[in-house]
Amino acid sequence: MSVKLLGERIKRKEDPRLIQGRGHYVDDLPLCNMLYLAFVRSPHAHAQIKSIQLEEARKMPGVGAIYTGKDLDGRLGLIPCAAGIEGLKIPDHPCLALGRVRYVGEPVAVVVANNRYQAADAAAKVEVDYNALPAVVDMDRAVAPSSPLVHESLGDNMAFVAKLEGGDWKAVEADASVKVLKQRLVNQRLAPLSMETRGVVASYSPGEDTLTVWSSTQIPHLLKTQLAVMTGTDEARVRVIAPEVGGAFGSKLNVYAEEGVACFVSRQFGQPVKWIESRRENLMATIHGRDQIDDLEIYYRPDGKVVGLKCRILADLGAYHQLLTPAIPTLTALMILGSYNIPAVFVETKGLFTNKMATDAYRGAGRPEATYIIERVMDLVALELKLDPVEIRLKNFPPPGKDIVLATGVSYDTDNYQKTLKKVLTLSSYKKLRREQARLRKKGKYLGIGLSTYVEICAMGPSSRMPAGGWESGTVRVEPTGKVTVLSGTSPHGQGEETSFAQIVAEELGVPYDDVTVYHGDTNQVPMGIGTFGSRTTAVGGTAIYLATQRIKRKMARLAAHKLGVKPGEMVFRDGKVEREDGSKSMKFAEVVGEAYFAKQLPSGVEPGLVENFVFEPPNYTYPFGAHVAVVEVDGETGEVSLRNYYAVDDCGRILNPMLVDGQIHGGLAQGIGQALWEEHVYDENGQLLTGTLMDCAVPKAHQLCWFETANTETRTPVNPLGVKGVGEAGTIGSTPAIVNAVIDALQPFGARHLDMPLKPEKVWRILKQGPAQAA
Amino acid sequence: MNIRVRINGAAREDEVEPRLLLVHYLRDVAGLTGTHIGCETSICGACTVLMNGEAVKSCTLLAVQADGAEITTIEGLTAEDGRLHPLQQGFWEEHGLQCGFCTPGMILAAHQLLSRNPRPSRSEIRRALEGNLCRCTGYQHIVKAIEWAAEKMGGSTS
Amino acid sequence: MIPEPFEYHAPHSLAEATRLASELGEQAKLLAGGHSLLPMMKLRLAAPRHVIDLGHLQELRYIREAEEKIEIGALATHFQIESSALLNEKCPLLADTAREIGDPQVRNRGTLGGSLAHADPAGDWPAAMLALDAELQAVSAQGERWIAARDFFVGLMSTALAPGEILATIRVPTLPARSGDAYFKFRHPASGFAVVGAAVRVKLSEAGHIEQVAIGVTGVGAKAYRAADVERELVGKSPTARRLVEAAAHAADGVEPNADLFASAEYRHHLAAVYVRQALERALEKARA
Repeated sequence: MSVKLLGERIKRKEDPRLIQGRGHYVDDLPLCNMLYLAFVRSPHAHAQIKSIQLEEARKMPGVGAIYTGKDLDGRLGLIPCAAGIEGLKIPDHPCLALGRVRYVGEPVAVVVANNRYQAADAAAKVEVDYNALPAVVDMDRAVAPSSPLVHESLGDNMAFVAKLEGGDWKAVEADASVKVLKQRLVNQRLAPLSMETRGVVASYSPGEDTLTVWSSTQIPHLLKTQLAVMTGTDEARVRVIAPEVGGAFGSKLNVYAEEGVACFVSRQFGQPVKWIESRRENLMATIHGRDQIDDLEIYYRPDGKVVGLKCRILADLGAYHQLLTPAIPTLTALMILGSYNIPAVFVETKGLFTNKMATDAYRGAGRPEATYIIERVMDLVALELKLDPVEIRLKNFPPPGKDIVLATGVSYDTDNYQKTLKKVLTLSSYKKLRREQARLRKKGKYLGIGLSTYVEICAMGPSSRMPAGGWESGTVRVEPTGKVTVLSGTSPHGQGEETSFAQIVAEELGVPYDDVTVYHGDTNQVPMGIGTFGSRTTAVGGTAIYLATQRIKRKMARLAAHKLGVKPGEMVFRDGKVEREDGSKSMKFAEVVGEAYFAKQLPSGVEPGLVENFVFEPPNYTYPFGAHVAVVEVDGETGEVSLRNYYAVDDCGRILNPMLVDGQIHGGLAQGIGQALWEEHVYDENGQLLTGTLMDCAVPKAHQLCWFETANTETRTPVNPLGVKGVGEAGTIGSTPAIVNAVIDALQPFGARHLDMPLKPEKVWRILKQGPAQAA
Repeated sequence: MNIRVRINGAAREDEVEPRLLLVHYLRDVAGLTGTHIGCETSICGACTVLMNGEAVKSCTLLAVQADGAEITTIEGLTAEDGRLHPLQQGFWEEHGLQCGFCTPGMILAAHQLLSRNPRPSRSEIRRALEGNLCRCTGYQHIVKAIEWAAEKMGGSTS
Repeated sequence: MIPEPFEYHAPHSLAEATRLASELGEQAKLLAGGHSLLPMMKLRLAAPRHVIDLGHLQELRYIREAEEKIEIGALATHFQIESSALLNEKCPLLADTAREIGDPQVRNRGTLGGSLAHADPAGDWPAAMLALDAELQAVSAQGERWIAARDFFVGLMSTALAPGEILATIRVPTLPARSGDAYFKFRHPASGFAVVGAAVRVKLSEAGHIEQVAIGVTGVGAKAYRAADVERELVGKSPTARRLVEAAAHAADGVEPNADLFASAEYRHHLAAVYVRQALERALEKARA
């Protein structure tokens, strides 16, 4: 292992093709005889479909067929939901609406045509006659008995109620010094908005009786199983390929109507079929994230110790369940205590149907909501007690390094929250910032300093806790020429694991980094897999590859030892050789490979070849943590918030490639900051989407962000042998409350206590307008 | 309608429908799929190409408007001998991309910036990227990538 | 994403263009840079039967000085204006306004004339046109006429241009001595359009009083307007800080401000006062320099 690769800043293997425009995303695939789909979508949030007229559309040039929900009924399966919650109501979710539409953008019919222009033209000619019905939009009203129902057959709009209770509430109630603070927090709906929208190419080959699907997905293997079931195809005859995927952030961790329809149409025609989502469709009909109302009761003692937390969560699930829709808010409940040892907890989660697109996993998926709640709780209590936000956190952290089981039942793998907090205070010159803030306030300038000390749940996850299993598969194959092929069941789409997985394998085998090639995303190539989400790819998938590599090493060591007449345990892998530590007996790596493949003198019982698979089942989640400091300036006249500095110290366990870790943190910060300041996906009272294009739907732009100062602590997790925890969601989870805390801090001269996100200038201005707070 | 264009130095002539968008012409007719589509409202910039040396959003141009024009797409930035353009190299060196979908547009927008302002400040770089959205990187490594290229190019844009 | 089919016309002279425009009347839309029209066609909010592409009319791409005035061809792009040495020296308000529009790619293609004819209530140019008392030349097969900026913007996305008329030239006065100008804009975080934009040109007397002041405001109402009440409060007066605040408070008087998801009418009203004052302060600073 003389060439050190792990922990180094290694340039990405993915990049040469991408910086030259030579990667292939779904829409870049040219196939002969391709047909194109265009969907006719509901303009209503809730309506009965009275009739659908297809005559005009059928006459349009290039139209091959048009299908409605009735045509598919019984011929194409329902869209699956994998969430397992006791008592969960799962309404039928057909790929094309049957009789009723329940959100704006719901697919009603599909046009098949020879090219995308003809498909769009014909779709515009499909006439659907609707009988509009009252829409369920507001969650507070959705629970009322008088509310219209999204699904009449279900009796009410409540998909599930879940309770999580723990700790000693009697002790809390018995303590006379305990005070209670109530607060409602709204965690607004967001659009994941990957730069590449969704897209699918389905190609059924009648001769071979095989269905090949290229989809912009995070879960090719799970999608393969589901599409086989939905289309009634023998799973062995279905192949799913995730080609280059242009971002996802959870939104492509799903099985969508359009994927099912494309497969169905391709089977009908025996021709390849392509559908590429427009941005408008993407904003209407790709899952949304967040959308919770959290009603809090905070129990705290005068010394700042928080002793109990009650939270009633209303979670807007939208009209139908997508793959994990109802499971997302349950993660909020699980992580609601954050990095604090709060002895009593009660969370009641109500999942509600509304006439909107489904919510589901968006970067962080339930945990940003939890972190937002608990980090706002800390600042709210600090404000009541006039404590510094640092002080209140230190009071409520558990002591470092001691294993604890929280009142929620969660036990963290590692913790040293004091350490990351201390480091970020130094990095940000926190005390100096506070002095500057005081100086500026005297001049009527409003600087805000916000803190967030988060813990997240990552490396999803043990199979016992995951609906579709939480293992991951890794295969390492040393080719006869000595080059190394690595196959992963994960499906990265920008995170850079072609690079970090090659680093793991090259370092372990002592071969050049350039000799290792990593593949993922093709179910015919990768034997089994789960996918990329929940910050799991390296911690679970990388571990599988690491352990498969150990199997390769054991076999190669045995072959070399047999040839050299030494013990396998003496063999080390370095510099392209397999040799004894002292170098006295040595074989070239390629020679050992030759032994395996030419198989002339194999030890007895050893099979020829060098291919090993490992399926890693993680014993627990991992719990990365960190401390962030945001510094904002509030314009005293307009209320506009500008970001001045951002400091992030994250502990994601062992770092395999610091460049990739920085990239993940930066991107996460941008999304978390986006939620705090600009982003919101808004329906009006009739269920019409008000943020349906990028003209209204704000996404952070380069000039709106500041320079991020990042640093790390590295506490290795014992959960996997690499010591890696995961970093994909950390930035998003940590940053949102830091920003909101900073803005509220800036507004202290005006007596602000809380504002709901996004902190648009007008909301802040309304606080400023009230004038300075009376000194208490 | 008949149009003649030069794309990455090669002349072509095609019969196109007037409503065909330039980006669809480049991708579906000329087969150059490095130029991407990320929205329909001229906001995201994934479709940015150079037309007669100026950065434009090819989703907001008709192919017929490009009649007689010289177009450079991301595919045209790599030298014939395979040498990467300093901007491509900079994005690689500084981890200026993750999923890569916005990257061709980003690189061509940056190309335009450096041709007009060879030594931009960080804030000038950020302003120049206002027409290009990236959802992965948080932009910081993109800014560094462009700085890297500016440094390497030493004030020239070839 | 995909426009409806249309018939395409690409005239090579203004005369040919006006003839086509007159023949096709309301069935035709004029295409300049395309950055207002094409997005609407792609969303199928506009579906003209005919599109007349003015892109080949090189005769409308100039920026030139003519007797104390500057004339700009309607097809001059925002970038041409932003980078024009002539404008940066003699009518900096136009260059400053251009710099605030959209993004670099949009500025490379978008044109002054196209943007004015589109008359988006959140567009940047109308404010500057009003502050400069610009004159706009409309040409048709029947002849030509000049329209004053204050008569040009009729309402929400509607102008004084009649069917068959093409906006050809924009004429503005150069910046006189002891004068300054400024454009201040509150950008919408998503679209980059003006939530509120205030364009000011001010001339000081030798004694330092405000001799002339013109203020154009965009983004606030259904159409851009002159903040006449503010101007009235200031003309002939000494521009003290307090007077500027008091006068600017009238920036949206008599206007029914727009309300949308991003900003209520009340907030827009407030922003108008703030941005008008800030633009006044900057313009005065320049006038004194």
